[in-house]
Amino acid sequence: MELNLAPNINDPDGFYDELLGAHNGLSKDESDAFNARLILVLANHIGDRAILRAALEAAK
Amino acid sequence: MVDVRYDIAFKLYPYEKVAAIGAAPVRHPVVIIGGGPVGMAAALDLGRKGTPVLVLDDHEGVGQGSRAICFAKRTLEICDRLGAGQAMVDKGVVWNVGKVFHGDQKVFEFNLQPEDGHKAPAFINLQQPYFEKFLVDAVREAQSNGCPIEIRGQNAVTAITVHEDFVSVDIDTPDGPYQLEADWLIACDGARSPTRDMLGLRFDGRVFEDNFLIADVKMTADFPTERWFWFEPPFKNSGASALLHKQPDDIWRIDFQLGWDIDRAKELKPENIRARVDAMLGEGADYTLEWTSIYTFQCRRMESFRHGRVLFAGDSAHQVSPFGARGANSGVQDADNLAWKLDLVVKGLAPESLLDSYSEERVHGADENILNSTRATDFLTPKTAISKVFRNAVLELAQKHAFARPLVNSGRLSVPCVYDGLSLNGPDELNGPARSRVGASCADAPVADGFLLEQLGGDFTVLALNTAPSDVADVDGIAVRTIRLDTRHDDPTGAIAARYLGDEPCGIYLIRPDQHVVARWAVADAADIKAAVRTATVRGG
Repeated sequence: MELNLAPNINDPDGFYDELLGAHNGLSKDESDAFNARLILVLANHIGDRAILRAALEAAK
Repeated sequence: MVDVRYDIAFKLYPYEKVAAIGAAPVRHPVVIIGGGPVGMAAALDLGRKGTPVLVLDDHEGVGQGSRAICFAKRTLEICDRLGAGQAMVDKGVVWNVGKVFHGDQKVFEFNLQPEDGHKAPAFINLQQPYFEKFLVDAVREAQSNGCPIEIRGQNAVTAITVHEDFVSVDIDTPDGPYQLEADWLIACDGARSPTRDMLGLRFDGRVFEDNFLIADVKMTADFPTERWFWFEPPFKNSGASALLHKQPDDIWRIDFQLGWDIDRAKELKPENIRARVDAMLGEGADYTLEWTSIYTFQCRRMESFRHGRVLFAGDSAHQVSPFGARGANSGVQDADNLAWKLDLVVKGLAPESLLDSYSEERVHGADENILNSTRATDFLTPKTAISKVFRNAVLELAQKHAFARPLVNSGRLSVPCVYDGLSLNGPDELNGPARSRVGASCADAPVADGFLLEQLGGDFTVLALNTAPSDVADVDGIAVRTIRLDTRHDDPTGAIAARYLGDEPCGIYLIRPDQHVVARWAVADAADIKAAVRTATVRGG
């Protein structure tokens, strides 16, 4: 498996809305903490170290 | 004149005037500087093999303070081979359960759940002075059986001169100085190794800007025998992390992580330590302070652990953070690795280049330990704002979700390293379990009357499982023992088959004196075994 960098999210506007909505009412510190938890949850779901390494690279 | 640097817990080798004072220098095959856990283990191993060894220590016994308290299974197995393991296990506190807290929330708990069928427990807690005393007791026992070991207390090394094929050592004693010569010198003189400084050798690595306060308190408390670790502890002034861990004699080790900018003298005042301990244990807790200390640490190693005729072992060669119990444990593994090699070299049965493999293998071990303890330290002490955000995210998630618990790092506990791909290894021609691959240390397992590791002892050994071994008793003067086991009769729990054969019906292992696997085969003849012994002793395959 390779890191999928093609469009892959159904209803992108809806997802983006939910992502921002999750930060509603959070302070900067709370938002940072939320983002960190989210990254860890998603990373665990992916699991594959090669994909995770490619994702770290792609995000640079 | 010999300076007293610390107080003694056990006076084990009182000073005696040496006959060599005023006489011509005497040549010794092996001289060890430093009578700590590593030096004593090396002396014991060499002496039991019949190689004369002299230990020089600048004190008359073991220093006070619990210091290294956590001894791992592999260390206990090595000490068992040396005749000191049972006393350690009998005195030590066996523990398996650890709890991790973040503030006042329990994040999770773990159980080491040691695998059945090993003579030694996964870990014991034991004050370092006891550990050293039991080694010296074993030295005394070995001496009474004729093993050529000598310990000289209050003999302080003041100068070392390295010659091409020997080393001159200047020594000071209460009765004045003298000089001796050593064919081989082992420096087990600790993280601040004077030997290393005298030879002008570098010791590079990373400094961690943090201070840890140790308070050993004596109390009869009904806390369970568990390792409790707090990130951002909830008690007043307890620093960035704290640890509570039980030792023998109703002593509890408490560690507080205080940070970098502290006033050491102030923090070490008993009233200030008591204030912290009171906040942790609850007001009115009844205890006495047994020993306190503030330590800082670095992760670093020498580039090579062999410099001609001088070998470095333990903290003199490598230093790690204490998280993971990788200091004394890895030092004892150094001694275990070095002793059989030096013994063969001294006896003329292997070339000096065998000692280069000591450095190769133990540098590999040190790098693994430094990597693990550096990662633990980075988790414990986040160096940037974002690393702290991630650290705390892990701790929060770990309370709810199992997936995050393996990311929590309060120290990855010491396990022996595998010498994968290194020069002494022979062929791996058995489709057996990965844990017993070439380079690994042998897993223990019950046999009919005891345990496998007791039977392996400290020679080259052929372990033939469900097959007739080729009859090799000796390879160019190096003794090779053979143990033949039939897993239908000699494997009461099935552990030998599971740990050494897996799905294979039979196999032959060649095992080194330090109980690491040299080679393994489905089928092997005498020529295969001889070639592997020669590879493992650097005499060509």
